[in-house]
Amino acid sequence: MNEDLRELYRYRELLYMFTYRDIRVRYKQSIMGLFWAVLMPILIVSAGIVVRYAYAVASHRPLNKADIASVAVKSLPWAFIVSSIRFSCSTLVANQNVVTKIYFPKEVFPLAAVLASLFDMTIASSAIVLFLLLVRIGWSLQLLWVPVLLMTLVILVTGIGMIISAASLFFRDVKYIVEVFLTFGIFFTPVLYDIQMLGHRGEWLMLNPLAPILNGFSDCIVRHQAPALYWLAYSLIFALTALVAGFVFFKHLEPAFAESI
Amino acid sequence: MSEVAVRMDHVYKKFRKGEVYDSLRDLIPALAGRVFRQTELDQNDSREFWALQDLCFDVKCGEAFGIIGNNGAGKSTALKILSRIMRPTKGQLQVNGRLSALIEVTAGFHPDLTGRENIFLHGAILGMGRREIQSKLDQIIAFSGIEEFIDTPVKRYSTGMFARLGFSVAAHVDPEVLIVDEVLSVGDYLFQKKCVERMKEVLRKGTTVLFVSHNLKHISEFCDRCLMLQKGRTVAIGTAHEVVATYLQHSRRSLSDSRETGPARIAQTTLRSASGEISRFKSGDFASLDVEVLGCAPCKRLTVAIWMTNETADIVFETTIERLGGGSFNLDSGDTFRCTFEIQFNVTSGMYNLFALIYRHDTQTVYDECPAAASIYVSSADDVRGTAHCFPKVTHQELLRAPDRMTLVSENAADSAEGDPTCV
Repeated sequence: MNEDLRELYRYRELLYMFTYRDIRVRYKQSIMGLFWAVLMPILIVSAGIVVRYAYAVASHRPLNKADIASVAVKSLPWAFIVSSIRFSCSTLVANQNVVTKIYFPKEVFPLAAVLASLFDMTIASSAIVLFLLLVRIGWSLQLLWVPVLLMTLVILVTGIGMIISAASLFFRDVKYIVEVFLTFGIFFTPVLYDIQMLGHRGEWLMLNPLAPILNGFSDCIVRHQAPALYWLAYSLIFALTALVAGFVFFKHLEPAFAESI
Repeated sequence: MSEVAVRMDHVYKKFRKGEVYDSLRDLIPALAGRVFRQTELDQNDSREFWALQDLCFDVKCGEAFGIIGNNGAGKSTALKILSRIMRPTKGQLQVNGRLSALIEVTAGFHPDLTGRENIFLHGAILGMGRREIQSKLDQIIAFSGIEEFIDTPVKRYSTGMFARLGFSVAAHVDPEVLIVDEVLSVGDYLFQKKCVERMKEVLRKGTTVLFVSHNLKHISEFCDRCLMLQKGRTVAIGTAHEVVATYLQHSRRSLSDSRETGPARIAQTTLRSASGEISRFKSGDFASLDVEVLGCAPCKRLTVAIWMTNETADIVFETTIERLGGGSFNLDSGDTFRCTFEIQFNVTSGMYNLFALIYRHDTQTVYDECPAAASIYVSSADDVRGTAHCFPKVTHQELLRAPDRMTLVSENAADSAEGDPTCV
């Protein structure tokens, strides 16, 4: 594994080039250009407003701006998760020309998929920052948690991305399974709603390793409080395990890529 | 220099024929079925085949090593194992130093990116750093000869431009071990010439080269040693000329085995020079082609025709005994007719094939044709291109300066007098 990591480091420029290519190609030909990056968060926020409004009406409570801001803040990481997983799912098959012809550490494909989605998130976050400034959500030192949360998220998504990209090379129906999970995953992840809205049974949803991370974003950016540390530690351990397992899994299958694609 | 650059140690590669489960939907029932029925395993065994068996060779540092064989002989599998894209089923592979492959040189290109961007992308895929590419960028662009279109997306390129750019990038990786697979046939004649030059340069630098090609001329020209594969097994390994000769013999034999017999057939053809049977000549060398014809049934007015083709299958010359004034002959069952043609190879360097044919000249009925009576390689010390070697020589050359520059030339005469014989 040490050897594999060293090799990956040697090919870091390739990772950069693939990320650059993915970003460039995505923004070059599309009519929407940079708007593409904000499209999905905008849709998620709109859906969040609908859900929150329905909840407010049902519980006879006013709809406050913090709830909307919370959805906005969580929409970004969710869009990032969806796009990196969807992207890493197809990336090896889409690049089979290179996969079967030239030797290099193939994990650069899922990694580049995650990095390109991270770039999208960065673009979109400027829109969200603007929105947060407009609704005057304020700031606090708790914002220092953001990098920690972001890191946990990226680690987790990278691990999952590697597993899925390798699996989808061997089994073509993995991508349909992944699509189903991505479509319905939003109901099991507190993006449009808060865990608190479900009462104490909502705690079960925190077992979804994405939940503590998304909750954490909302806690430290919107509510100016520290994230739930135990749950965050749980997510971090889960993420690191996923990363190591994903890498080992990927590297184990890699020699068979060229024959099986 | 005797250090080993590449070592294949008893390498085997097994593939599975037929359908492989590529979706979970198929795999899960199959696995469930396998638990209940043990027979599934036996079935799988019969569907396996060995693409490579017991492949063993060493390539020394700085050596040019060729691999030849018919389609399906296992050349590509060997290369994929060498470049670590595939892992051998059994056996060990050892590569010392940075390895790069000139295979499918445009694989890394993305159609939406410009030529320049693709140079960086493809270069990175081949393992070059950004700084390394930056420093070679001008060279690469100049080599490809498409400076004008370098900032155009490559999807607008012609096939030739596309391939040229790919080769240019790949050719500028400086590996310690280079694998070349049939890429020298890219682009037009001039570009091919450039590629061959580049290959020679790489070899001069002391790079170890593994070369796979159907072009026997390139193999004979570049390689020190060569390996011939057939159905995954090593048939011959040795100096390039020996192995190329073996290869030609093999293909000749497999061609002549499939011939039908008519009333007369060509029993044997032998090409020999004064020093015995050989297949390598220099331009201008003489050789004799013996043709032996066997009569199987009575037939009349027979004559033997011979012709020679070059690599592109163009006929270099064609003649018959009758046209050369030897007349025709009759054969009865069991008769043998022998004739010898003397040929002078006034041709430029390359591979040539000789053919022989027996036919009845008045009715033009062909009785038997020998598909490749002999295959030869002609080398030439002079760089003369084209088909015929007419032994051109420069016997005189002079340069006459325009009268108005005479004063200027004589002023500089002191500096350049040594190198320029035309200065007065």
